[in-house]
Amino acid sequence: MIGKLLLIASLLVPQASAPKTSPSDSLLEAQVREVGSKLRCPTCQGLSVAASPAALDMRNVIRTQLKAGKTPEEVEAYFVSKYGGWILLRPEARGFNLALYVLPGLMVLGGAVLVVVLARKWSRAGAGEVIDQ
Amino acid sequence: MNWKRSLIGAAIAIPVVTLLAYGLTQDPRELPNMMPGKPAPEFALPVMDAENDSIRLSDLRGEVVVLNFWASWCVACRSEHSILYDAAARYQPRGVRFYGVLYKDATGFARDWIARMGGQNYPNLLDPASHMAIDYAVSAVPETVIIGPDGKIAHKQMGVVTDSLMRVKLDSLLAVVDK
Amino acid sequence: MTRLLGLTAVTTAFALSLYGLITIVIGVRTRRPHLVRSGRRAAYANFAMLAVATVAMIYALVMHDFSVSYVAQVGSRSTPVFFTVISLWSALEGSILFWGLVLAAYTAAATFFTRDRLGALGSYATATMLAVGSFFYLLLVGPANPFRLVSPLPLDGPGPNPLLQNHPLMAVHPPLLYLGYVGMTVPFAFAIGALLSGRLDDTWLKETRRWTVTAWMFLSLAIIAGMWWSYEVLGWGGYWAWDPVENASFMPWLTATAFLHSMMVQERRGMLKVWNLSLIVSTFLLTILGTFLTRSGVLSSVHAFTQGNIGYFFLGFIAVALIFSLMLLAGRSSELHSEGKLDSPLSRETAFMGNNLLFSVFTFTVLLGTLFPLVAEALRDEKVSVGGPFYNQMTLPLCAALLFLVGVGPVLPWRAASVKEVKKKLILPGVAFLLAIIASFALGARHPYALLAFGFAAFAMVCNVGEFVIGAQARRRAHGESALTALGRLIVSNNRRYGGYIAHIGIIIVAVGIAASSTYSVEKEATLRPNQTLAVGDYTLRFRQLWGEEQPHRFVVGAQIDLLRGTKEVGRIDPRLNYYDSQEEPVTTPAVRTRFTHDLYVNLMAFDRDAGHATFAVWIKPLVGWIWTGGLIVALGALVGALPLQKRRQVTAARPTEVVAA
Repeated sequence: MIGKLLLIASLLVPQASAPKTSPSDSLLEAQVREVGSKLRCPTCQGLSVAASPAALDMRNVIRTQLKAGKTPEEVEAYFVSKYGGWILLRPEARGFNLALYVLPGLMVLGGAVLVVVLARKWSRAGAGEVIDQ
Repeated sequence: MNWKRSLIGAAIAIPVVTLLAYGLTQDPRELPNMMPGKPAPEFALPVMDAENDSIRLSDLRGEVVVLNFWASWCVACRSEHSILYDAAARYQPRGVRFYGVLYKDATGFARDWIARMGGQNYPNLLDPASHMAIDYAVSAVPETVIIGPDGKIAHKQMGVVTDSLMRVKLDSLLAVVDK
Repeated sequence: MTRLLGLTAVTTAFALSLYGLITIVIGVRTRRPHLVRSGRRAAYANFAMLAVATVAMIYALVMHDFSVSYVAQVGSRSTPVFFTVISLWSALEGSILFWGLVLAAYTAAATFFTRDRLGALGSYATATMLAVGSFFYLLLVGPANPFRLVSPLPLDGPGPNPLLQNHPLMAVHPPLLYLGYVGMTVPFAFAIGALLSGRLDDTWLKETRRWTVTAWMFLSLAIIAGMWWSYEVLGWGGYWAWDPVENASFMPWLTATAFLHSMMVQERRGMLKVWNLSLIVSTFLLTILGTFLTRSGVLSSVHAFTQGNIGYFFLGFIAVALIFSLMLLAGRSSELHSEGKLDSPLSRETAFMGNNLLFSVFTFTVLLGTLFPLVAEALRDEKVSVGGPFYNQMTLPLCAALLFLVGVGPVLPWRAASVKEVKKKLILPGVAFLLAIIASFALGARHPYALLAFGFAAFAMVCNVGEFVIGAQARRRAHGESALTALGRLIVSNNRRYGGYIAHIGIIIVAVGIAASSTYSVEKEATLRPNQTLAVGDYTLRFRQLWGEEQPHRFVVGAQIDLLRGTKEVGRIDPRLNYYDSQEEPVTTPAVRTRFTHDLYVNLMAFDRDAGHATFAVWIKPLVGWIWTGGLIVALGALVGALPLQKRRQVTAARPTEVVAA
């Protein structure tokens, strides 16, 4: 058991950089989180890079690239070039993916029209009248 | 009951069921493999147990390179060990470069593992912050990348390699080199 | 012995469910009441069989009888008894057994309470529940049989999934979820009974109202408990990731909530009949679809604990259930006439229609996002992920609008409202809306949705609390009661209505908790050496040392941290990592310190044993505790609404075994 523990403990050892938490870093950290929350962690199921404890390395890469002057969009593009559109938790709104964004909107419109039409139909109806729903 | 109308109900149900049936044939954990065909990302990493040496991909231009990402805590890597050992024994003399890349692991454990498995006949690179692994879109070990003489990624195996796969890929790449 | 007992019980249960199904259908169609009665008794016996099988399984688990396949799969001599008992639902076969037990209990109870009262409708309802049950018992006899013989006898087992034996909430969440999920079978079965028997008035609706509210209460509690469990165990500082499994529990909740509102429109005004049937059928189908998606491994998930080779069985069942209920619904739709009429567009009826529209779009959006990766792969051969950022973008406007309706709905009267009256009633909530926005802006809130959420929450809160105040004041004037008595009697006098408002108040509190904690949390990640400190918000963490402890079933590594506010020491926390033999990756136990205004959440991310340093992720998340509290209030509201406090206003005339051929 202990042997196994030693083995596993190493898994988690990050390349421990001394903690630097000057105020200017908080902006960078916010950016790292922002970018990370849009990316899916490939080693874990379903969680984002920002959320997953296993994605420490990927957060470090985001941090390094942002520090090197890349914009958040460029960092995202780097990960897309590696893992494909799969890594984006919000699919790009173009092509086939547009269905994701358009269909709920159409349903709101269609539903609203239906509600208004039914409401008008029912308010015109006489009390005893029977109306097909 | 209006049977004509009820057929509308059935018509709605069928595409849904078809989609779900399709879903059953797919593995949701399978990740996209985008790397083949792309230029292999550059790296320059130290060699385990020879820390002054470092391997730079650009120095290996024109050669066939095999990179195996592995870890001592990875169970599947154990079954892969002998396949890679045999492939390296066969293809290194023919000029193929083999490198292991240690993934999220400590060198001490890696050394123990190699000793336990009966040795390894190629060097290991150290990638402590996983920069190289992320450059190569590694998501879970083992993964094996085969780079052609043109510096492009010819194949990326997600999961354990097989003997026949190594033969087919490496023979066809070596045929290009020999021309 | 235990194994054979269990096996016999589930096999008998399967046979009984088929027997009951067939005798009831034949009995109703050939007008032979004694057959129907016999079928009903089969439903009761069925429950007894499932109870025997479940007790046998728990006994086998506790006695470590590894000859039973399920025990060999999830049992372990070193697992504490508590976690051994609850490992009943830690893997597929046990969960199906538990599901079967809950379903058999609901079937027997719902059959018993409606016997001899509802004629063909009730008989068909029992037959429907037995049909659903026969599918689950078939799983238990076939592909998900937990009572298979293991030979040779193993000496020990691997223990349950580490994630599921790491927190006591796992004793609470799955039973609640099954009580909620499976409970939706009851209203579904009576809806099918109504469609089959042709008795299409609101009998089915009235008879199942309490069952629906109760199931909804369990489902609400289950979702909240699941969120809490995620928060306490997964270690990423969040409670909701829009994961397929989470969506699977959320979608039926959405449709059931819509149903709880729209059913009132049918009861009061005789409208929306087809719609109500569709909603309850959808709710049931979504519970089955959710189970299929998460149990067959079609979608990947952080919570996909139990998978097995049951996908095709489930698919067959979904196909039958979907085609059968949609055909029935479409075929009967022309016979469902709307009786009522709308007096005014400004009325509670219209507010409910708006509410239903929003809930429907919400459900559709979540379903679309959940299934879209499958669609994209089937049609375009493309791998796509749909996660948090998508759902947040799409559903936050819906949430805001729903929160607004939570306030407006109770203020609008049935039939027609006078504009003047409504305006008068909305003055105070409107002021609260503005004040809340100004106050949160002053406190530093800038996020537009958060501002909107706080504003609408204040608005809706004043609307709902106002209903209690107005009602209680009226009683005080009329009966001269004290404030508290008046309030109590008000609630008892119309527990349905005021239970609903209590649930509203709970939802508002949950909404505020979610809005605040998701937009204004402070996060820091740092690696500390012993005695090094880290300041987060007004807390200072001083990392003392790492410690390790060998426990029978796991090895625990903890980090001792002194907690300071200012220079004052306020306590010690110990975030941990738990290493189980059966799994490579450790399970986290973050240290969570809950206060009224915020949570301090510290997770041990990694450590270096030799150097003694450790990496922590620290969050300060405002108002997280409100989510759990609000959830309990929601459940309390549902409970109040479901209690049989009022005498049945009109006794349903006992029609002599009325038999209508479908």
